[in-house]
Amino acid sequence: MEKETKLFTVSIYTENNVGLLNRISAIFQRRHINIESINSSVSEIENVSKWTILVVLKEDLMKKIIGQIEKQVEVIKAYYHTEDEIIYQESCIFKMKSDLLFDERQIQNIIKDSNAVIVTVNKKFFVIEKSGRRNEIDLLHRELSLFGIMQFTRSGRIAVSKEEMDISTLLNEFQEH
Amino acid sequence: MKELQTLQKHETQKTLHISGSEAIIRCLLAEGVDILYGYPGGAIMPVYDELYKYQGQIHHVLTRHEQGATHAAQGYARISGKVGVAIATSGPGATNLITGIADAQIDSTPMVCITGQVGSHLLGSDAFQETDIVGISTPVTKWNHQITKASEIPEVFAKAFYIAKSGRPGPVLIDITKDAQFEVFDFKYKKCKGVRSYKPVPKLNFSSIEAAANLINKAKKPLVVWGQGVILGEAEAEFKAVIEKANLPSAWTILGASAIPTSHPLNVGMVGMHGNYAPNFLTNECDVLIAIGMRFDDRVTGDLSRYAKQARVIHFEIDLAEINKNVKADIAVLGNAKKSLKALLPLLNKNSHKDWLQKFKDLYQIEFNKVIQNDVNPTKEGLTMGEVIKEINQQTKGDAAIVSDVGQHQMIACRYAEFNRTKSNITSGGLGTMGFALPAAIGAKMAEPHREVVAIIGDGGYQMTIQELGTIFQQRVSVKIVVLNNKFLGMVRQWQQLFFDKRYASTEMTNPDFVTIAQGYHIEAQKVTKREYLKEAVKQMIDFEGPYFLEVCVEKEDNVFPMIPTGASVSEIRLE
Repeated sequence: MEKETKLFTVSIYTENNVGLLNRISAIFQRRHINIESINSSVSEIENVSKWTILVVLKEDLMKKIIGQIEKQVEVIKAYYHTEDEIIYQESCIFKMKSDLLFDERQIQNIIKDSNAVIVTVNKKFFVIEKSGRRNEIDLLHRELSLFGIMQFTRSGRIAVSKEEMDISTLLNEFQEH
Repeated sequence: MKELQTLQKHETQKTLHISGSEAIIRCLLAEGVDILYGYPGGAIMPVYDELYKYQGQIHHVLTRHEQGATHAAQGYARISGKVGVAIATSGPGATNLITGIADAQIDSTPMVCITGQVGSHLLGSDAFQETDIVGISTPVTKWNHQITKASEIPEVFAKAFYIAKSGRPGPVLIDITKDAQFEVFDFKYKKCKGVRSYKPVPKLNFSSIEAAANLINKAKKPLVVWGQGVILGEAEAEFKAVIEKANLPSAWTILGASAIPTSHPLNVGMVGMHGNYAPNFLTNECDVLIAIGMRFDDRVTGDLSRYAKQARVIHFEIDLAEINKNVKADIAVLGNAKKSLKALLPLLNKNSHKDWLQKFKDLYQIEFNKVIQNDVNPTKEGLTMGEVIKEINQQTKGDAAIVSDVGQHQMIACRYAEFNRTKSNITSGGLGTMGFALPAAIGAKMAEPHREVVAIIGDGGYQMTIQELGTIFQQRVSVKIVVLNNKFLGMVRQWQQLFFDKRYASTEMTNPDFVTIAQGYHIEAQKVTKREYLKEAVKQMIDFEGPYFLEVCVEKEDNVFPMIPTGASVSEIRLE
């Protein structure tokens, strides 16, 4: 059995129903697993939601949790992936004082070098948006924090797997069943 | 003629313009519900009004507490295999259901709970008797749903019954706002045949059956441990055929009891903390462990790191999440036990396992001499729980359903009760809910009135749901209630004696006069304190037509053995 804890990205396809968040998060909570990030959105299939959950734990426990998630009536399928099995992105937003744009010229270089985007500028503040990998966002945060950040927020991870997930086939099987 | 039938069919399926609450009753009738247990209150009153109108077709049993309603529904489900139904109002009515729901969840009991809810315009506003019961019940239900519009009722009810009963069964809760109960809509009922995201029974994989058969055929020292999956899957006959063909010694978990008769020569007893010596000890000697419809609960396995490590493990299981959860399976056979065992049977070779079976007999003899003899044929002055069970066995000839509560008496009842027929051992296994037995016995007796139902309860658990004597009295439910009174919370006291240097913290009980209480409910009652009166008292109880209460004062500080202490391995089972 795997003894080391690892970062896993869990992808869950579910029916779009009220209350599922409770049901799924309770499975992690019962075993004291902290959810690093969670995202719920529509998926490639109409009326099917896709959840992306980031957790750190041992692989054998991960497998058991996947089983307990899939057991839920309204869950269609759950997967877990390691970092190299997926393409993933996170997104973040910084709100900063507008004066800095003129007083601290290197900020413009930081923005350019990090492939971040200035979303809006007004007299008081400007807003930077950056999408990318977690370490890129961490780096940008470190660099900008030297100048003082008014507000910062980061989204949960979203990810697609390199391998096919084939949910449509699964759904057809369910229907035949 | 055919035209007439089509016409009738069409007639029953025609759309009715009715209220949500009447629709609820019609859903229940369509699902074959003839009895439900519950307690009225503000937010569920429209449904009760309809129950009043439909009382000729559906019987509502007023329990004395909502917890009693859930346990009664469980008792009903466990003895009949049908879905039990409980109903309550919002707020405290709903929260009082939770213990029974949790019990049904962990013991895989099919149950549908219906709760009233405040009007939808009040949801989330801390209205009078509002609780978020869907939120509260989420971790302990197989599925739950809140209805805020009458039009949702037929589909949600159909789905609820389907989910509760299919696959690995479990409890479902439906919460219905009061306005949805009043709302009038066009009702039409269609039974649920499937839910898109839910696959109740995994497809049988024939190669895993072959692999299992090969391993069993090669085994020199096979051991079967079966659980409730055999009963829930109605696989008793297939199971018996399998173990008989290959002469497989077979042990049961507490919820698996009664799937085959106690007297069956291949039945080697109960596994687990207070199970029998032979199957526990030999778990660590067998070469192939065949688990069927059981989930390797910690009370069964003891220390997992020293559980059957020498054995190859075959796990027959309907619930994928149970595979490798506690014990790693070398071969997992997913599916319903009935189908799997049926497919397995022709692949098995006949076998005798004579020497191996003899080992079970030898160890049984040791257990008999050291433990069983003293339990069931005691020579000391005080009465033992074991001799009471033995007396009940003799007088019911093993045909009774035994409903036990939780604690020492439960272990003794399960160890010594003799069962001739399946679905006869009704007890709270996974959750260990004190107070379960009295209301569960009500449900069991009402589901199968022709059967003898004997509740075996300790003096502690009895007082947790003692108010259900009122239900027994009002409904004239002919249950036989046996309270084994040792004036202690016996199991906790046993642990205090063994592991806490006899510091009996809050386990001694000053009890009321139980006979007087029963008589207050006009229930025939008797108390026995001496051995010479036991036989006659049990006879009077069994012969009596109607409910009967028998209190037996047993030795105060007897312990249940064998015992696998917490953290010990199954082979470290203690006989004293």
